[in-house]
Amino acid sequence: MQLGELDVNLKLRSYLAAAMVTVLACAPAMAQDAPKQGGTLVVSLPGGTPRSLNPAVQSGVATGFPGTQLFAAPLRYDEDWTPQPYLAKSWEISEDGLKVTLHLQENATFHDGEPITSEDVAFSVEVIKEHHPFKSMFEPVTSVDTPDEHTAVLNLAHPHPALMLAMSGQLMAIIPKHIYGDGQDPKSHPRNNQDVVGSGPFKLVEFKPGEHVVLERYEGYWEEGLPYLDRIVARIINDSSARAIALQNGEIQMATFENEPTILSRLQDAEGLNLTTDGYGGVGPIDWLAMNTTRGPLKDVKVRQAIAYAIDKNFILNALLRGTATEARTGIHPDSPLYNPDVNAYELDLDKANALLDEAGYPLEGGKRFELNIELPGFPGYKAQTEYVKAALAKVGIAVNVRSHPDFPSWAEKVGSMEFDLSFDSVYNWGDPVIGVNRTYLSSNIDKGIWSNTQGYSNERVDELLNTAATESDPEKRKALYKEFQEIVAEEVPIYVTNAVPMHTIYADKVGNPPMGIWASSSPYDKVYLKD
Amino acid sequence: MNLLRITTIRLFYAVILLMAVLLLNFTMMHLAPGDVADTIAQSMGGADEEVLAQIRTDYGLDQPFLVQLARYMGGVLSFDLGYSYYHNAPVTDLILQRLPATLLLVFTAQIFALLLGVVLGVISARKPNGILSHFVTFFALFGYSAPVFWTGILLLIAFSLKIQWFPVSGMRDVTISGGFWVHAVDVARHMVLPTLTLSSIFLALYSRLSRATMMETLGSDYVRTAKAKGLTQRQVVYKHALKNALSPVITLAGLQFSAVVSGAVLVETVFAWPGLGTLAFESILVRDTPTILGILFFSALMVIVGNLLTDFVLRLVDPRLRARA
Repeated sequence: MQLGELDVNLKLRSYLAAAMVTVLACAPAMAQDAPKQGGTLVVSLPGGTPRSLNPAVQSGVATGFPGTQLFAAPLRYDEDWTPQPYLAKSWEISEDGLKVTLHLQENATFHDGEPITSEDVAFSVEVIKEHHPFKSMFEPVTSVDTPDEHTAVLNLAHPHPALMLAMSGQLMAIIPKHIYGDGQDPKSHPRNNQDVVGSGPFKLVEFKPGEHVVLERYEGYWEEGLPYLDRIVARIINDSSARAIALQNGEIQMATFENEPTILSRLQDAEGLNLTTDGYGGVGPIDWLAMNTTRGPLKDVKVRQAIAYAIDKNFILNALLRGTATEARTGIHPDSPLYNPDVNAYELDLDKANALLDEAGYPLEGGKRFELNIELPGFPGYKAQTEYVKAALAKVGIAVNVRSHPDFPSWAEKVGSMEFDLSFDSVYNWGDPVIGVNRTYLSSNIDKGIWSNTQGYSNERVDELLNTAATESDPEKRKALYKEFQEIVAEEVPIYVTNAVPMHTIYADKVGNPPMGIWASSSPYDKVYLKD
Repeated sequence: MNLLRITTIRLFYAVILLMAVLLLNFTMMHLAPGDVADTIAQSMGGADEEVLAQIRTDYGLDQPFLVQLARYMGGVLSFDLGYSYYHNAPVTDLILQRLPATLLLVFTAQIFALLLGVVLGVISARKPNGILSHFVTFFALFGYSAPVFWTGILLLIAFSLKIQWFPVSGMRDVTISGGFWVHAVDVARHMVLPTLTLSSIFLALYSRLSRATMMETLGSDYVRTAKAKGLTQRQVVYKHALKNALSPVITLAGLQFSAVVSGAVLVETVFAWPGLGTLAFESILVRDTPTILGILFFSALMVIVGNLLTDFVLRLVDPRLRARA
């Protein structure tokens, strides 16, 4: 019931958002609403100092923001998950799904004035395929043909629908062949962080690690009148309380990927600031409780279901996360059109949990059934949840020992090598399920380090569904495959998904067109402007 | 001649100390589970197994411990602090970029705490049971016992949010333009809150110590003689007593240098001050061994230089030390 309403709300919201985009797109015609040219936008750089500004060799949120300003991708996505032209003014997919043709903007140039050609597209695909950590994005691309300067044809070994999302946001940066094709290793190329020659709406003025990235409008940008802003200063402020104060006193006008419930609830009523969770569906961050299905009692699906029934998700959402997060039930982000909410939601039911544990052959003896360890990650955000799970499972006779880790690597080693029973974690979708979801559930990806299938989960039907969906070109059929997949993994709970990470964009009233697509701040700011 | 010998011996010990610092830390970092490949994967939102293996091969993390150690120490002996895996840059460059900001903050805070501490100490020593003395003691101890980041946030809320006198973070405002003085004033404005926060820890030590030594000196025979001679109270206190009371305070200040450097890590993180502290914080979180070792190396160096400076200043203040040398 409640869920139906939510669904309608979501639809309404995305409809309104779409309407707004249409209005804004026509805005130059309506003088009173016209975005203003000029000004300097000061934002906080999400994720701290980026390792590299070149998204072709470095993924992640920190690289995403400067990377997508400096380098353009062929496509961009609107709020409705509909691809829009960007560096490619149009594209077509062949009937058999084996050829994807991109028609490039004809007057597009790199920041040094050289034209952006199909050669550069072919080169970029080659570099990304070789050096980007997400191998599944371009694996099926066998070659790129360049029939003329402005046409690039990607030849595929099999239909690959995930390619569409992989050609947007920060996932497919078009980089100049005449700079990066000089034989040096693209991963550690000196031009990744200094003297960057990009293809995007803004060019690099200065990158000072630990301090800021300063960007300036590229005068030769192919789209007339864009970008609106003269400058963007992205400041690196690692302390979240300091960021909050900087937002409140106007020192920075926008912050993205903010997800600390205490800070969010404090800024909720701050004057002149707006908070939104819109725009994070593509990045798709989800919090969950991972269970190692290869160890002890957790091998039994009944035990895993009992754990899910014993945990009160509402308590996590409302008390621990202060109502800042949306509920999630499967490994696909709730904002994704492929999300299936009609799966077992595991409403709190201690009797059912106890019954399942009895059935599984773990009777209550002296107030206890068995012991499990839970790893507390060395990154912030899971202490309360972890302590809560210990308390919640004690009620059904499962004694949980909390093992806390001082930092990320020590936790990652335990979980990455599958030496754990339970652990909270957050994993990102990164667009299509093929990129960020398959890795968690495919039996071929068991025990491959952190954020692989560290649950040791193996189900032939799930493998079949995911592999079929990866090459299924028909959107409706594809959706049906993922629907069934989500039902199965919700039933067998190798992972108990709790919520979408409460990522928020916080922006001042005077910021126009904040990034609301599916990639949040990992998307071009060419249409962002400052009001008077 | 003698001074030269002392300095040489000091420097010799300093080099051995530095090597020991590096050896110990390298071993400790190696013993900790996990490595930088995990955090690089984290920064990328996950990576294939082969990518991880490639990272480990690239940085020689797959080599045996002794090989890695030998390589690193060999590099250090030829003045090469190595290459940061995480930041994709030579460690020496990274540190030299950040060093000036930290030196500026640390020295300003130290000198500020020292000056103010001594003044407050002397004032309260003159009327040890006066209201002012109790006031100073209260505030000094409050600053000493409050956690640095908490003091920092509190100052931010007070002076950046409620009364908007000072900027929240960073070292400079890149949006302003102007000549040298415009920028100098800008940096100075950014420095006020971090300096206050960092000095708050040391103010207590210096004011308490100078109060105690001052009270002791004021009770000694030569001060009584000076008073009997008919000198004014002011002359007695500032000319005769203070000089003697100062040596222990300066010694303490020298010893505190290591604490100032570690305090800088917290203060810089709160105020996003682009110094070694933020670099240390970032590098520790991502387990970037070469950078952490490089920072420890420079911190140790700063402490050693600080101590040498203290000796030097002590000699200036105290003629007896000069005579002994």
